Amino acid sequence: MVSASIKSSEIRFGECNKKLLEEVIFYGISLGADFVEIFIENSDNSSVLAEEDFITNVCPSFNKGAGIRIFKDKRDGFVSTNDLSKHGLMRSISQAIEMLDISKKTNKLIFNGLEKLKDYSESKIDWLNKVPTINEVSEKLLLSTKSLKKDKKVVVRKGSYARNWQEVIIASSDGTYATDIRLHQTVGLNIIANDAQYRSNGSRRFGSHGIPNEFRLWDHEKASNEVYESSMNMLYADYVQAGQMPVVLANKFGGVIFHEACGHLLETTQIERGTTPFSNKLNKKIAHESVTAIDEGISEGSFGSLSIDDEGMEPEKSILIKDGILKKFLSDRAGELRTGHKRTGSGRRQNYSFAAASRMRNTYIAKGEFTKEELINSISDGLYCKSMGGGSVGATGQFNFAVEEGYLIKNGKLTKPVKGATLIGDAKEVMPKISMCGNDLELAPGFCGSVSGSVNVTVGQPHIKVDSITVGGR
Amino acid sequence: MNPTEITTHISSAANILNIDKWDYGASFSNDYSVQVDKGTAKQLKASQKQVITLRVWNKDNLVGITTTSDLSETGIKKALRQANIASEFGNKNEITDFSPLAKDPIQIKEVDKKNPLGIKKLLKILREAESRLINSHEAIKSIPYNGLSESFYERIYANSDGAFRNYSKSQAAIYLYARAEEKDKKPRSSGSVKLGYGVEDIDIESCIKEAAKKTIAHLDYSSIKTGKYLVCLSPEAFLTLMNAFSSIFNARSIIDGVSLSNKNSIGELISIPALNIYDDGLNDQNISSAPFDGEGTPTKKLSLINKGKLENFIHSESTAKIFNTKPTGHAGLGSKVSVSPDWLVIEKSNECSDLNTYLVHTNYQGDFVYIEELNAIHAGVKASQGSFSLPFEGWLYRNGEKRSIESATVAGDIKYLLKNIINIENEKELTTSGISPHVWINELSITGDE
Repeated sequence: MVSASIKSSEIRFGECNKKLLEEVIFYGISLGADFVEIFIENSDNSSVLAEEDFITNVCPSFNKGAGIRIFKDKRDGFVSTNDLSKHGLMRSISQAIEMLDISKKTNKLIFNGLEKLKDYSESKIDWLNKVPTINEVSEKLLLSTKSLKKDKKVVVRKGSYARNWQEVIIASSDGTYATDIRLHQTVGLNIIANDAQYRSNGSRRFGSHGIPNEFRLWDHEKASNEVYESSMNMLYADYVQAGQMPVVLANKFGGVIFHEACGHLLETTQIERGTTPFSNKLNKKIAHESVTAIDEGISEGSFGSLSIDDEGMEPEKSILIKDGILKKFLSDRAGELRTGHKRTGSGRRQNYSFAAASRMRNTYIAKGEFTKEELINSISDGLYCKSMGGGSVGATGQFNFAVEEGYLIKNGKLTKPVKGATLIGDAKEVMPKISMCGNDLELAPGFCGSVSGSVNVTVGQPHIKVDSITVGGR
Repeated sequence: MNPTEITTHISSAANILNIDKWDYGASFSNDYSVQVDKGTAKQLKASQKQVITLRVWNKDNLVGITTTSDLSETGIKKALRQANIASEFGNKNEITDFSPLAKDPIQIKEVDKKNPLGIKKLLKILREAESRLINSHEAIKSIPYNGLSESFYERIYANSDGAFRNYSKSQAAIYLYARAEEKDKKPRSSGSVKLGYGVEDIDIESCIKEAAKKTIAHLDYSSIKTGKYLVCLSPEAFLTLMNAFSSIFNARSIIDGVSLSNKNSIGELISIPALNIYDDGLNDQNISSAPFDGEGTPTKKLSLINKGKLENFIHSESTAKIFNTKPTGHAGLGSKVSVSPDWLVIEKSNECSDLNTYLVHTNYQGDFVYIEELNAIHAGVKASQGSFSLPFEGWLYRNGEKRSIESATVAGDIKYLLKNIINIENEKELTTSGISPHVWINELSITGDE
């Protein structure tokens, strides 16, 4: 973890950098900045790919860098660099000051030095030594691809693993001084099945944060059975007929629709841009009364959990919507400054080369009182979306999501599988139509790409019923 | 460190570690970007990046790889050691080697490398552009997505066999996405992106006009009835689809079993005979051109579809070896080398007598759907199955009148689409991802709100 080559005037991971960081921050304040934040990162990542019965890709990577952000009034300038020397950090400060055109050496805040280090990494120092070795990973991935070999129709089998270890130091002119270690592991399985002109895909991804042993405990047999069954169920499926209809969305990754279509609109970055229809709806009804939605960073082991966000704040449990009423927005430092919404420990970034922004963590719709069967039984003609693919949300709030595994509902029963379905709508119209929530809340890991890069999140929900939505098809 | 020094450092470190065979790709960049919000600087950003990807071959000729941003002596040694460890897991079934073309001459385009304008000038230009776009129509309330950036970078490839090549470039980009609102109507958004070698080269005026025109045009919208329609794809939309399904031409995808093609597909008629598609990374109009790929293979023009028939696949060194041919300059450096197209050029072939040439989007009086831009490609394309279901921005034309479509998706199958092209217009247009004319498809499924 500690690079032996670093000279004394450079940041040393695992050691006290207080004096050097204070000098750099003081330099920025003395030049007229209202606020200075330094985010320093050291990462050690690796990925392994198994295809069919062979390991075809092992890729380690190591990175170090710093992101320096300066605020003047409500404006901010951000500079990233790989140069962690005192000179490099000072130069970045000067560059940010110049960018903001700060000429008057007057500022609103006085820098009183950094607080005592909050060391969130203490119990995590040995994580990197505890994660599975490439050998272990390779062996288990090969077992998982082998267990996908259940049928001649399975023509492509892949298993992938990625481990992301990140050590961060965060220091800012409000005295924040913290260090943390993060460990994310994710494993995915993919297959393609083929029979004459028929083709289908199946995929699942699993992930955790802060559990070095998690991959060793992963039930690859169960995972491969799920992927295989999904692919086989869809192999001979007909294309869905397009139209407006009620749908039941499955739990776990079904929550991606709430994440994309509504969750992003509750980030203060969207208020800043003027791209959320909910900016003036605080304490007003925006969803059906059966909907309570939460975003938090505290569920132990969940892919979107954090000890501190990338601005040094401990994450809170944010109740976004309570019984259909909008209660809170997710906010970071810039969001608080520009929109007035208090920080929620949601300032996140992919790495040092991005400025933090308000981002979701573990986001889910709370469980309701119904069983999955009750939801399905309530529909005479509709669609059950068992597995969702990716999607997108446009600048006007319209969303579009692919259904990976879908079944028609006829007279309250699941019938034949259908493919090619896409759910289309916009959050403002769909949220009031979520009329029933199941009692089977589960979370699923994912990656969310937005203004501050790709971050680890979980999405989740119980089974939910949407009374009417446009289903794209053929 | 300059490129020669880095190569010397790697060579020395490899000697110390008894690594005889290695190569590397490196990238060094300085980027500057600005965003504005109603005249105020929103975020100003500068970044200095260095990244190096090192491959080493062990005694069994298996490859290992590491990527790092730490170019200190220690960092390079650590990266070589880790790559050496990774090589123990190298793919025994597909032996990777240096590209046989890594020392062939390369064509470096003669373009002026620009100097940085600096953040202050970028900010001034973007503020003016934002203001002019907002003032261009009363319904345009904001430009929520905007940015102006300039980038200065150098790329290097070198190997232990003496191959060494590098180039440096500058590139700039502006994007303006406006949001328009009118009473009792849903907000609408559209925009424009322009590239140049430097900010001075960018046609900012046309970016503003295009963003305004597209956004305002979509204000008067209506829903569309679900059904099958005659469709005209804009050059941008057709290029988007062809790039999304480029696994058809991709040897790596074929070997991996995720392509609609197979090893014997060369010569197969996959579209109407009137279609030609090239990959032409060195095209004069491609701002992002690179003279060599990740393995050092020179970039070149390659015919992919000729008169409707598959003519070539794109290759890396290892896929070329499997297909008994030469690499084509489309590799991305990795322990499993990726393959991807550079810049597609689409045109009408000389076997075009069966086309319905009366179908020209600017003057056809019949009913059709014009698809201007396809969205959510990552979610709506199943390349391995050949199917797509994508939201789009576009118009419904009826009796020569056009009306923006409120919200709709287009769905289909790429094989069907290529065989059901009924016209390829004469005029080709330059886009950020290639060159293409408008392309007409006989019937595609559109899902609307009706």
